Amino acid sequence: MEFILVQTLSGLASAASLFLVASGLSIIFGVTRIVNFAHGAFYMLGAYMAFTLTDRWTGAFGFWGAIIAASLVVAVLGALMEMVLLRRIYQAPELFQLLATFGVTLMVQDIVVLIWGPEDLMGPRAPGFTGAVTVFGRMVPSYDFLLIALGPVVLGLLWLLFHYTRWGVLVRAATQDRDMVAALGVNQKWLFTSVFALGVFLAALGGALQIPRTTVSHSMDLAIIVEVFVVVVIGGLGSVLGAFVAAIIVSELNAFGILIFPKISLILVFLVMAVVLVIRPWGLFGKPESAPRPAAGLSIRPWRPFTPAERIAVAVGVFGAAVLPFFLGNYALTVGAEILVFVLFAASLHFLMTVGGLASFGHAAYFGLGAYGAAFLVKFTGAPMEAALLVGPLMGLAGAVVFGWFCVRLSGVYFAMLTLAFAQIAWSIAFQWVDVTGGDNGMLGIWPSTWASSPRGFFWLALGIAVVGVGILRVLVFSPFGYGLRASRDSALRSEAIGIDRRSMQWVAFIVAGTFAGISGATFAFLKGSVFPDFLGIPTSVDGLVMVLLGGIETVSGAVVGAVVYKALAIWLMSQTDLSKLVLGAIIVLLVVAFPKGIVGFLEDLRYRLRPPRANGAGPKTAGYGIAKVEAAE
Amino acid sequence: MKKIIGSALAALVLATGAASAQQGEIKVGEINSYSALPAFTEPYRKGMELALKEINDAGGIKGKKLVIISKDDGGKPGDALTAANELVSRDGVVLLAGGFLSNVGLALADFAKQKKVLYIAAEPLTDAIVWSKGNDYTFRLRTSNYMQAAMLAEEAAKLPAKRWATIAPNYEFGQSFVAAFKELLTKRRPDVEFVAEQWPPLGKIDAGPVLQAIDAAKPDAILNATFAGDLVKLVREGNTRGVFKDRAVVSYLTGEPEYLDPLKEETPAGWIVTGYPWYSIKTAAHQAFLDAYQQLHKDYPRLGSIVGYSTVKSIAAVLTATDDHSTDGLAKAMKGLKVDTPFGSIVYRAADHQSTLGAYIGTTGIRDGKGIMVDPVFREGAAYLPSEADAAKLRPAN
Amino acid sequence: MTALLDVRNLAKSYGGVHAVRGVSFSLEAGQILALIGPNGAGKSTCFNMLNGQIRPNAGSITLAGQDITGLAPRVVWRKGVGRTFQITATFASMTVRENVQVALLSHHGKLWAAFRYAGAAYLKEAEALLALVGMEAQAARPCGELAYGDLKRLELAIALANDPKLLLMDEPTAGMAPKERVDLMRLTAGIAREKGIGVLFTEHDMDVVFEHADSVMVLNRGELIATGSPEAVRRDPQVRAIYLGDGLLYDAKHREGDAA
Repeated sequence: MEFILVQTLSGLASAASLFLVASGLSIIFGVTRIVNFAHGAFYMLGAYMAFTLTDRWTGAFGFWGAIIAASLVVAVLGALMEMVLLRRIYQAPELFQLLATFGVTLMVQDIVVLIWGPEDLMGPRAPGFTGAVTVFGRMVPSYDFLLIALGPVVLGLLWLLFHYTRWGVLVRAATQDRDMVAALGVNQKWLFTSVFALGVFLAALGGALQIPRTTVSHSMDLAIIVEVFVVVVIGGLGSVLGAFVAAIIVSELNAFGILIFPKISLILVFLVMAVVLVIRPWGLFGKPESAPRPAAGLSIRPWRPFTPAERIAVAVGVFGAAVLPFFLGNYALTVGAEILVFVLFAASLHFLMTVGGLASFGHAAYFGLGAYGAAFLVKFTGAPMEAALLVGPLMGLAGAVVFGWFCVRLSGVYFAMLTLAFAQIAWSIAFQWVDVTGGDNGMLGIWPSTWASSPRGFFWLALGIAVVGVGILRVLVFSPFGYGLRASRDSALRSEAIGIDRRSMQWVAFIVAGTFAGISGATFAFLKGSVFPDFLGIPTSVDGLVMVLLGGIETVSGAVVGAVVYKALAIWLMSQTDLSKLVLGAIIVLLVVAFPKGIVGFLEDLRYRLRPPRANGAGPKTAGYGIAKVEAAE
Repeated sequence: MKKIIGSALAALVLATGAASAQQGEIKVGEINSYSALPAFTEPYRKGMELALKEINDAGGIKGKKLVIISKDDGGKPGDALTAANELVSRDGVVLLAGGFLSNVGLALADFAKQKKVLYIAAEPLTDAIVWSKGNDYTFRLRTSNYMQAAMLAEEAAKLPAKRWATIAPNYEFGQSFVAAFKELLTKRRPDVEFVAEQWPPLGKIDAGPVLQAIDAAKPDAILNATFAGDLVKLVREGNTRGVFKDRAVVSYLTGEPEYLDPLKEETPAGWIVTGYPWYSIKTAAHQAFLDAYQQLHKDYPRLGSIVGYSTVKSIAAVLTATDDHSTDGLAKAMKGLKVDTPFGSIVYRAADHQSTLGAYIGTTGIRDGKGIMVDPVFREGAAYLPSEADAAKLRPAN
Repeated sequence: MTALLDVRNLAKSYGGVHAVRGVSFSLEAGQILALIGPNGAGKSTCFNMLNGQIRPNAGSITLAGQDITGLAPRVVWRKGVGRTFQITATFASMTVRENVQVALLSHHGKLWAAFRYAGAAYLKEAEALLALVGMEAQAARPCGELAYGDLKRLELAIALANDPKLLLMDEPTAGMAPKERVDLMRLTAGIAREKGIGVLFTEHDMDVVFEHADSVMVLNRGELIATGSPEAVRRDPQVRAIYLGDGLLYDAKHREGDAA
């Protein structure tokens, strides 16, 4: 009994910092609809800044002053980022803000190493809270009690702020209806900036308060960001109370879960999220999202198949790629094959995102499942490469059938988070089931058949698979199925009213995308000769998203261009510098600001501007809000 | 900060400069997790730089300059393979070396096997790399999981403790280490039992609940294999909660400066650890290394520095040992190759390709507000390895 | 012969607020029936129940002798019910023609076809439908750049794609200029009479209602209070009271309840 109480207290203490960071993320999302990937970076900056300040200012007053000052400094940095970067891209598709903040995250990871050095830093303990309090004969750190108290205090302060200040009321109003607040003549710019600053302040405070418990390191951000997203989604986006309750649920389940399943921490939050989203699609305290902004389809320039001239150009391009092996060395060809693998992966994600309107954050799951499927066949049945390439992707298909069935019941951010949850569950199975998958050491010796074992042979194989795969996906885009899918994306209301079974169509799209991702994953397994859990990991999913967005989410062929540019750049930077994250992050941020429609979208705009198709062609414009509002009104 | 930019630039120059191959050079490729794990790879790189300088100052390899082309793997095995490919196919290196993470090491080992390139694994600890997944072209320098488990189990067996609990990060490294320790300790002490185990995710330990769970099982002793940030959380929380009081703790790697230094005055006293007490090693070989290192880098060495230094010394040794710089020629020369390191002379065993590099074992303590290893003793690696005949049986037949 | 549409005792309440209670009426093929009433009277709720967007609490909806109560909109559509929305809902990323083509593909059950070019499907039918609503010149234009009146006409073309027996039009002329309103309703009425389609529409513009409806129903506080020819309804004292008197006051209160 006493043990249960003490364990509960430990869980509550862990919940506190999770809540602080999550509440900030939730507030920011509620008002600005920004999925702030950089939230973890601000958490980390808060910790680093607090480390520096507590090092200078000693004593109780100095310590707590340093914690607050550090959070304020980081909040200012956050506000600066909002003003300099995000303000420029509020009108871009939702995911672009994610991409931009992801770029910032990459940069911050390298920047903190440059400023504070690579080693873990240990800050001082909190003055007055270094000891322990004996509870039923067990010692509980007094700092834990401080954290336990802090959670409800912050929750209460936020409640007061939102209910008893004009600013707070505006924030709440904006959370419910942004356009309404704009119509009321409120200066939306500063409302957004101040909300962003508050959210970042909470994240930084959460980070600063970690100093007395752990070391400060450059990997803190990734350790927390995903978990925080999950907490926010479980609680319901935009709900601070929801974040509070979800943080406690997750922490307590973890505290007690490890008693029975000591290895459960790895996936516990994702299991909880998957269960919650399946039962309550809008989180515990969330409200049904009235107007899920479509992930794509905001451009009003309709897609069309290639003209004969463009077809010739594509054929020339493919031919050009096919003769590369006669000019390039082995290394370039292997890199080329890797790029081609990701071209198909990006194209499959693009099909789901752009055509299906379903932005998946866990597309790597099907890539990885395809890779593991091929590896299993080779390892357990001794199948040759050809058979493994054909059958392996079926595991991606099977995964998509099962996971997709649940996911397509949701939309918007909730859909994204459920796909993420499933991907993490798949990842943790690959990571933990050592007997079958080899755990994080992966499965080795998945080398191609002799004819494809030379870099040249494999390049042609990868090219063939990519061309056929992308070709099929493109045919699908312009098929009746693709139109039906796009129709359900453009207007759920109208498509239902003309007999389109949206959910089934999206499920099939999910399966198609998963299968093609599986094919690219299986090819990747043979390219690398091995399979690792990180194939299924979040970074792989994010890579896919970046490729699609970089190429241009509103275009048909953007994914191909995005994949080539991003992958080539990433490999080149990796080879050239240890600061690849800093450079890559900066490039992503620049591209997002300069080309919010992606590379291909930008080129198309350029072409339209130079050669308008018709005299009455009204030029490109964005109709995002219009569509969303139509659906909301009905 | 300047140092890092400097070394990054140096790497850039190194990489680009090497592309234009020159006569009178021998190029070798090196891969490590520079961007993902800078805390461990920076000292490692400094160790390499020192060894490289010494070798080239002394005339290189039989008059030819030794050139190391370093690549970053970002902590991902897939990216390590891309880098390996670049080094072998484009830069034309004669052999590969490096690796910190076990999965990266295994991926590179498999690459070595497939592409028939010699690979000297520097830091990966997994036993699989020389045993269950060993191959003809892969050799490993560092004192392995098994060897360190054996050293710690030997000490643990001397303790009166019967009830043991384990805490280790939830991945192959932690799992195989705990398994080896359990087996080796049980062999020496059939009376011990393992009453609790906790597997926190790497980098995300929720130390309070984990320690409460361990405490609830009332163990006499605790085996810990967490490190870095997880270790600090564990120590702070455990000290405050009194979980380590009156309990023996055996802690893997904790004596390495990389992990011990951040603990500062909160270093727990009396833990049995493996590590690198650079401050109290009095051998001539180490003293020479220490002086040279401190003179070159104005910093004290970490264990990574020893590994980096010894890796380059191994490379130089094998390139000197034979004039046949084909992979088969080098692999043949690696078998039984003797190399002088700051830890003394080591041999790459012919049967399982594991070097006999040993490790220091001692107990933790505090001196001048810093964590140190008290009374460290060096354990010869060879004594903690299975016989070559037995080890050969652990390897796949091919 | 059974009526095209037969509605009996339809009711819907939200948390104790009765949005629609006991509404019964019927509609013959080729007949144009208007449903009017003040804001919040329950018109949209009533409408959304007819095409399946909202499930009624009680009552039955029969289409040409077939019970369609509580069926999903897409099923109701397959039984021959087209509809337009108060605020147009079209596919903004497609051309005008493609909007109609999608509806035609769905109507012909070809939406699952994966390997043919949808842009070439049912071209003639699509052109014919667009010609019917006077949009043939705009067929190739992106839907997203159309003027609102054109969108309304496009919606009509989409709604006609499945050869409907019944057309539901929720405020078909809302947001349009007076001239456009008259044009659109004339067009609709002509098509309906020619093809024998039953039309049920809600409307705020009384000129539109009285010019085109064969019959008018008045809904207030969720109940039908008058039904009959336009002239009869116009003279009904209760209707006059609602439109001129205390109805507006009631309206505000009712809306608050409706929002909950």
